[in-house]
Formats: sequence, C-alpha cells, structure tokens
Amino acid sequence: MLSIKNLHVKLEEEDKQILKGVDLEVEAGKVHAIMGPNGSGKSTLSYVLSGRDGYEVTEGSATLEGEDLLDMEPEERAAAGLFLAFQYPVEIPGVGNMTFLRTALNAQRKARGEEEISAGDFLKLIRAKAKDLKIDADMLKRPVNVGFSGGEKKRNEILQMAMLEPKMCILDETDSGLDVDAMKLVSDGVNALRDEGRGFLVITHYQRLLDHIKPDVVHIMADGRIVKTGGPELALEVEQNGYADILNEVA
Amino acid sequence: MAVAQAKQDLTETRIAALDMPGGAGWAAEARGAALSRLRAMGLPTRRDEYWKYTNPASLTQVDAPRAAVFHAGDEVPLYDGIDRLKIVFVDGVFDADASDDLSLEGVEIERLSDAMAKDIHWARDLFGVLETAGQTPVARPLAALNTAFATDGVVIRATGRVEKPISLVYLHRAETSDAILHHLVRVEEGADLTILENGPAAARFNKCMEISVADRAGFHHVRAQGRDHERRAATHMFARLGEESTYKSFTLTVNGVMTRNEHVIELTGDDAVAHVAGAAMGDGKTGDFHHDDTVFITHDAVNCESRQVFKKVLRNGAEGVFQGKILVKPDAQKTDGYQISQSLLLDEDSSFQAKPELEIYADDVSCSHGSTTGAIDETALFYLRSRGVPTEIATDLLVLAFLDEAIQEIEDARLADDIRLRLQQWLERRRKG
Repeated sequence: MLSIKNLHVKLEEEDKQILKGVDLEVEAGKVHAIMGPNGSGKSTLSYVLSGRDGYEVTEGSATLEGEDLLDMEPEERAAAGLFLAFQYPVEIPGVGNMTFLRTALNAQRKARGEEEISAGDFLKLIRAKAKDLKIDADMLKRPVNVGFSGGEKKRNEILQMAMLEPKMCILDETDSGLDVDAMKLVSDGVNALRDEGRGFLVITHYQRLLDHIKPDVVHIMADGRIVKTGGPELALEVEQNGYADILNEVA
Repeated sequence: MAVAQAKQDLTETRIAALDMPGGAGWAAEARGAALSRLRAMGLPTRRDEYWKYTNPASLTQVDAPRAAVFHAGDEVPLYDGIDRLKIVFVDGVFDADASDDLSLEGVEIERLSDAMAKDIHWARDLFGVLETAGQTPVARPLAALNTAFATDGVVIRATGRVEKPISLVYLHRAETSDAILHHLVRVEEGADLTILENGPAAARFNKCMEISVADRAGFHHVRAQGRDHERRAATHMFARLGEESTYKSFTLTVNGVMTRNEHVIELTGDDAVAHVAGAAMGDGKTGDFHHDDTVFITHDAVNCESRQVFKKVLRNGAEGVFQGKILVKPDAQKTDGYQISQSLLLDEDSSFQAKPELEIYADDVSCSHGSTTGAIDETALFYLRSRGVPTEIATDLLVLAFLDEAIQEIEDARLADDIRLRLQQWLERRRKG
C-alpha cells in the first residue's frame, strides 16, 4: 500500500536534515504505529507524505499503490487515497463544515472520474457517520473547527476520514489533547474503518492510544530514521522503560 | 481660495459639454445653485487630498471612456426570486415599458423630471439639500455636478411599511453611454422601505441618492454594481437620520475599471442607527480594477450607533481604497462608532490603501476602528487541499468566507443568500473562464 524507501528530507528554508533515510512498508489491512521521542521526525514524515510546503526531499521515494506520491499536489494525493488526520486541525472561519466536506468529497470523486454525490445522499451519509462519532447537527453546520474543543476537533478529523474513505490513513498524534472518553470515541471511529483494503499509520508519542487502536507492527523512530521494528510488545516496552533503553541498545 | 486655473479649465470644459434640464422655478434655482457650488469647488484632480488614492481623471473628462457590454448569458438575474417593484433604466434613461407599474401601497413613486416640473412638491426640501450639507467639511464636486445636470431619476416617498422592495435596475447597452441619475428618497415617520439597485447603468455612471429617514423610520439598501469590466462609476449616498431611525446599506462590487462609492451620513436624531457595508472582488486580469469606498459619518445626536464593514479581495494588480471617517460632534454623547476595513490580497501585484479617521469632540463615546491587509491563510489552504479540494476551489472557499462578514450585514436573509449565490456563481464562472 504505502511504500517509503530511503527517504531523506530537509527543511527548505534552512540547511537542516530532518529525515535521514526512512524505510517503511505499510500493507493493506494493517495498522502500523510509529513511536519516538520529540524531534525524531515523526510529524515531518506525515507532512512530507501529505505534501505540505517547506520541505525538500533530497533522496528516496514514497509511493501509494505504486504511484509516486512526492510528484503529486496535496489534492491529488488525497484523491489517490491518502488521508492525514492533523495533530492540530485547522480552524476555518466562514466555511461551513458541511460545505467543506461535500466540496472535498465531490472534488475527489471528480478527480477519480466518478459521479458527484447528490445533496440528499450526502446528507444521509454524513448524518449516519456523524451519529456514530456523537457529532451533533450544530457541529456540522458550524464553520470548520471554529470554537470546537480539542476532542471535537479530533472527532471531526475522524468524521472526514469516514466520509472520504481513504485507502491509506495517517494519524498524527491524534491522542494529543484527548481525555479518556474522547480517546475511546476517536479510537472506536478509527477501528470501525479498519478494513482489509485500508492501511493505517498511527503516529504517537504514548502507548495509551495503542491500547485502543491495536497495531500489527510498531516502529521506533529516532533522529530521522526508523531504528527498531517489532510487534505490539515494543510499545509496551517503551511505556515501561522510556525511549532511552531502546536508543542505547541500537546506538 | 480661488480655484486653480487648470482646475477651472477642467471644470468649465466639462460644464460646457452638459445641458441643464428644465423644470419649475425652485428646480431651476436648485440646479443653478449646484452649478455655482461646482464652479466654486472645481472638479477633483489627483492633487486633491480626498482623491489622493483614486485618480478621478476618467470621471471628470468630457467623454465617457468606452466600456464593452458584458453578457451574462443564461445566468439567472440577481433578485430574480424576490417579489419587487422594478424600475428600469437603460443607459441612464427610464424605460417605462420594461418597468413595473409604479403604484404600490405605502409609497409614492414619480420620475424626477415629473416631480421637478411641479411648482409645489416635497422634493423641493430634499433635492440638493443633503448634497449641499455634505459638501462640508469635504468638497464632493461630482455630487454637485450631478445635482446640476442629472437627466433622470426617481423620487420615492414611503408613508408606511412598504411590502416589497423597490428595485432599480440599471442596464448598460451602449458602449460610450454617460449617465447622470439623481434619486430622492423620503421615508416618513414610522415607515420602512427597501431599495435594491443592480447593474452597471452605463459606460460611465454618476449617481446621487439623497435619503431622508424620519423618526422611527427604516431604510434598507442592497446594491450590486454589475460586472462590465470597463464600466466606471462615481456614486454618492447622502442620508440624514431622525430619532430612532435606521439606515442599512450593503454594496457588492465585482469588476469595474473604476468605482468610487461615497456614503455621507448624518445622525441628527437621538438613538439612530447607521450601518454601511461593502464586499468588493477585483481581478486585474480582465482589465484594471480600482475600487474606492469613501465614508463620512457625522454623529450629531445622543446615543447613536454607526457601523462600517468593508471587505475587499484583490488579485492580479487590482487596487482597493478605503477612506472612512467618524465625526462625533460635542453633544453626541453615548456614541457607539465602529469601523473595519479589510483586504485579502491574492498576490503581490495588488494593493490596498486605507485611511481610517476618527474626530471626536464628545467625551462619553465608544469608537473603534481597524484595518488589515493580508494574504490567503496558507495553513487553511493546505488543510482544504489535503482533503482533496483543488487549490482554486479552496481559494474561492476562503474568499467567500472572507467576504461573508460584510454580507452578514444584510438584514434580510433572502437578499443575503441571493448575494452569496451570486458570488458563488461568479467565482465558478471565473474558474471555468
């Protein structure tokens, strides 16, 4: 599904290398988790994959089902099936949540040569999905993320994911700013989307999110590289001993 | 101060090319007085402080510069679904056949020339009166020229709650048409009236509206200035507000090589409310775009509220100007004045100049003003794109969101939605361009 080979990335503005050769394969139907200390390059990886400005790929490749992601505009990546759940979802005053989602869904469909969804069908679909995430009608009508609590913003990210039905989902520190109940709601939303045809890359600092979203594979990232890969037990090891032991071990 | 020779020449050349329409004695007198005012002031030039940011040359020269007629194709006309009384002008001439019957309950409507032919008419107390008052402290010579030479217009007197809006439709057919229209609106005590305006009117349009809003009366105004890329317009709205009266005006401007919209409002009765708003969208790609909103609000009574909200989206070298002043006279205690002007510049070639002014002589007032110029929010743009929305559509969504703060000033939700729909359609058409 998602194939990253020897990815090197530096900041465009300054001569600072952030990713120093990342190799990663996420298969369809699997959940991979990336853990790592602050500044290890986890979020940069998610930004580079989704196409945010300010980064320069100096070496390596990233493909989604064989298609070169790095060559595409952000909207093309989305239409190809990539979705990034933001660590800090953006507030957009004046743009209604519903308008935004319908525009996005139809733009993706159009880009793939599919029929646009009718207003009636869209309404039915979003109401059903919103209900599962306990998102009320008022939240749907309000401007995108404006005045939403931290938990509401993250639920709104998952709602977008559920509506857009991407092939490859990247969750960037989705657990940050969530209380226990919100974490459960968000995780349930993600788990409901787990599917044989869909891959997940869950970026997180802490193990607790992985109690709810059970990963198949766990990677440890440090200083711009993946330094260790293992099963779910690796996350528990981090929880118990911190990153220091693992980093010493691979150093 | 004597008018400089060059200015005098400019003014006399322009006057020589115009004919003063006839009328009853009082009308001729008012026209003559306006002509004297014009001569004393002289037409504006770039050197006048009030025209520092807008070059008036094309508005003062003898011939109207040519303007191609824009064809909207099969688009649904603005206000189409709204029950209204239509008054149509073609290149500045009243078109009786295209207009609705002018009788409507709660309102009297006449053509300006008919009113001015009568020896006794209420118009006498309004024609040129608010314009004259609006000449101090700042000269507005194009308005004096209008009073002296306006060839057509309507006089409207509302005596009750007028059920449907009066819709002034300005069609542009001839490429070099030069229209001067003057309207008078009197809203009597407790009455309520909505005036709609739309269309470019002519290649060059000089329009003046004098509005007297009596105690506890309401005046609502929604205007769209047409999309003809090369049209030019200089408009003045002069209003005087009585006790507990309301004045609300919104203007949408898309395209137009040159627009100067002035609002001159006096709050003379206690507890009066005046709101003026504008949304402008200019694209220098389809011809130059210069849009100037100039507002002068005088608070001369206690506990009045005024509010100015102007938003502009500019791209490809488009230019925007805002000059807004709130003058609070010594006795105008408890004044609440607010002013905001904002521009969204979509590229580095476009520009916005703002001159906000507060002049306050009362001590118990609350006045605030703000002006901002910014680029598109890159973070929001990326967020939208990351969900699959192409850059152009994402930009348009952000543009609509930005302008919506001005559109929200329209009180009537149907009219606000109609303006929104219009903008969406225009942006869509532009994308497909």
